[in-house]
Amino acid sequence: MASAFDTASAFAYAPAPESRSVVDIAPSYGLFIDGEFTEAAGGKVFKTVSPSTEEVLSEVAQAGAEDVDRAVAAARRAFGKWSALPGAERAKYLFRIARIIQERSRELAVLETLDNGKPIKETRDADLPLVAAHFFYYAGWADKLDHAGYGRDPRPLGVAGQVIPWNFPLLMLAWKIAPALAAGNTVVLKPAETTPLSALFFADICRQAGLPRGVVNILPGYGDAGAALVAHEGVDKVAFTGSTAVGKAIARQVAGTRKKVTLELGGKGANIVFDDAPIDQAVEGIVTGIFFNQGQVCCAGSRLLVQESIQDELLDALKRRLSTMRLGDPLDKNTDIGAINSAEQLARITALADTGEAEGAERWSPECELPSAGYWFAPTLFTGVTQAHTIARDEIFGPVLSVLSFRTPDEAVAKANNSQYGLSAGIWTEKGSRILAVANKLRAGVVWANTFNKFDPTSPFGGYKESGFGREGGRHGLEAYLDV
Amino acid sequence: MPSPQLSPPPGQGGAATLAAFADVTASDSTLRRFLHGLPGVDAVGLEARAASLGTRSIKTTAKAYAIDLAISMIDLTTLEGADTPGKVRALAGKAVNPDPTDRTTPRTAAVCVYPDMVEAAKAALGGSGVKVASVATAFPAGRAALDVKLADTRDAVAAGADEIDMVIDRGAFLAGHYLKVYEEIRAVKEASGAARLKVIFETGELSTYDNIRRASWLGMIAGADFIKTSTGKVAVNATPANTLLMLEAVRDFRAQTGVQVGVKPAGGIRSTKDAVKFLVLVNETAGQDWLDNHWFRFGASSLLNDLLMQRQKLATGRYSGPDYVTVD
Repeated sequence: MASAFDTASAFAYAPAPESRSVVDIAPSYGLFIDGEFTEAAGGKVFKTVSPSTEEVLSEVAQAGAEDVDRAVAAARRAFGKWSALPGAERAKYLFRIARIIQERSRELAVLETLDNGKPIKETRDADLPLVAAHFFYYAGWADKLDHAGYGRDPRPLGVAGQVIPWNFPLLMLAWKIAPALAAGNTVVLKPAETTPLSALFFADICRQAGLPRGVVNILPGYGDAGAALVAHEGVDKVAFTGSTAVGKAIARQVAGTRKKVTLELGGKGANIVFDDAPIDQAVEGIVTGIFFNQGQVCCAGSRLLVQESIQDELLDALKRRLSTMRLGDPLDKNTDIGAINSAEQLARITALADTGEAEGAERWSPECELPSAGYWFAPTLFTGVTQAHTIARDEIFGPVLSVLSFRTPDEAVAKANNSQYGLSAGIWTEKGSRILAVANKLRAGVVWANTFNKFDPTSPFGGYKESGFGREGGRHGLEAYLDV
Repeated sequence: MPSPQLSPPPGQGGAATLAAFADVTASDSTLRRFLHGLPGVDAVGLEARAASLGTRSIKTTAKAYAIDLAISMIDLTTLEGADTPGKVRALAGKAVNPDPTDRTTPRTAAVCVYPDMVEAAKAALGGSGVKVASVATAFPAGRAALDVKLADTRDAVAAGADEIDMVIDRGAFLAGHYLKVYEEIRAVKEASGAARLKVIFETGELSTYDNIRRASWLGMIAGADFIKTSTGKVAVNATPANTLLMLEAVRDFRAQTGVQVGVKPAGGIRSTKDAVKFLVLVNETAGQDWLDNHWFRFGASSLLNDLLMQRQKLATGRYSGPDYVTVD
């Protein structure tokens, strides 16, 4: 033997957990109204748990209608002074918030991973850098609103009522709060009931940055608090990200009022792979498209449309790749797939996957041991799916990919557009002219070419059809918060 | 996804491979059609994947495993105009006994020298089991007549080289004369006899990832036992992305033909951290079958001392410093 070293053993990665001690979670949190943490008027509290272990992380005050009144009133009081500040002064606060987020990013990443269940790799490398980037980006707009394309000195709307989901708690907060403040509005934001903690840490960051009282108010709570906020007379602007069902209810509720609305709802993104695609990178893009954040992404590429001539080859490569994915402790730096956010969501994913099987689609998952505690779902592929299957039409919001095939570019476009949704799509081909031709025909708010789930604060994001209306991000994102 | 577990000893897969690709290598145009028909490479996506695998956190037992594995995979290299038998003897001593303070340290896979130093290397390594690899074919530029390249190769083999590291004719490749490159590799393979043949593409000169994928397949169908990134003599040598791409090529080639081919990144890999990243690429792309010095090598010289210092640190808990490893 040339070597005393035995290479027969496998390269098993030892546990590499990120330290929990970088974040100090208090046993209880209040609502954040008018610059102060306060108990809910009704004295109600709810528990927030870590989805990967079901451990209770903290007890949080639960906002009710009375608290919504207080918060909207505080935001209204703050609006006059805040909107009268020169843009450059508002920008200073936003830059300060962005820098504090960067400084505290490790702490916030661990917190988000604990409360949401997503891998630390994602909170560290995607969520937190994007959160800071959104604040930096809109800080830059605050003193340049004259040049945003809405005429001279565009005015803010007033008080924005914002309701955000649990899949990217802090990032969705940033998408909502950064443009609102840059434009001169004040906000009342309700985080999702399963992920209230990062928004409450953000409240602390607002205080650290010296943000005037009442400019940002955070109301943890359930759907009733969200509904009260949306319906409140004192709210001038409603921004919602979440399910299409709730979005429709909101649209009905605000119809006929003065309120301006943006809705970012569900999706059933088509990821289209042509036979001349860069196969290895397409496989990565399919994986990123549907398994990023356990597929709990509104713009997930949950429908794979693959050209029939390369279907077998692509699926073999995809399955081989899925077999290397690491599911487990979200705090482990080598974890690729974390926990599902809640028992309720897990039940929904499970039921839809079962429907897929019952309707005759073929189900496949890599060998993968699920932890005994917490909410987990193995990455799953369905082949033999047609447009008639429920799993080809309904949003699953989980790590479940439906594979359909097509023969020609026209058929790919027709199938991709044959959906009640229209949020995202992906095109994989080495042929530039095909990218342009197909992208022009796709009815989706964002179309990625040879990549997927790539986000940038400078790029507008939003839906067609039942995926919602209005745009967030970029210059376009300012419109939602200006009286134009 | 089960993949074929075939790993024939060197040479055995060769004849079958040649036959399987007879149609492809029938003419310049058929070969061109085949190589240009391989799936394209999206540069942004490839580099993103390599970078994302670079964030794997390899700690404690896994790090100890990776360090020893990396040491065992080094082709400890000296390729200087100033090489002397004395320098080569020193290098051979280091290869056999990398850390004099710890005899459990694995030996390196090989020492890699110019053909005229093979004899000295062979004599110094004796029966240690450490192989002698020799660059050949007018390394590093490869700008010489074919018979000169073949004579260079035969010299090295006659002097006892176990492995031949040849360079391809990049000029011919970039001019689109793929059949010329193919035939040259085959001729060198034949001249190498029982020695294992590593084919160096000089990826930094091929420049595009599409070219690197084509060169990889060209080398493999011509009978390469190893495909190797670079000579270490140009500005861009081994990178995580080009090595990842070559690992995909050997993986796909085995799936298609049953023949396993090795990969050797060379040049620019100097730290333990870098080496571990490359091993992660191997593990998660080609898979465990390549985690063995028969199938994966590092062409490096200064890397070894960094691996030894990290190895000592894992054992003792403190960092020793460059005076506690040998300078050769």
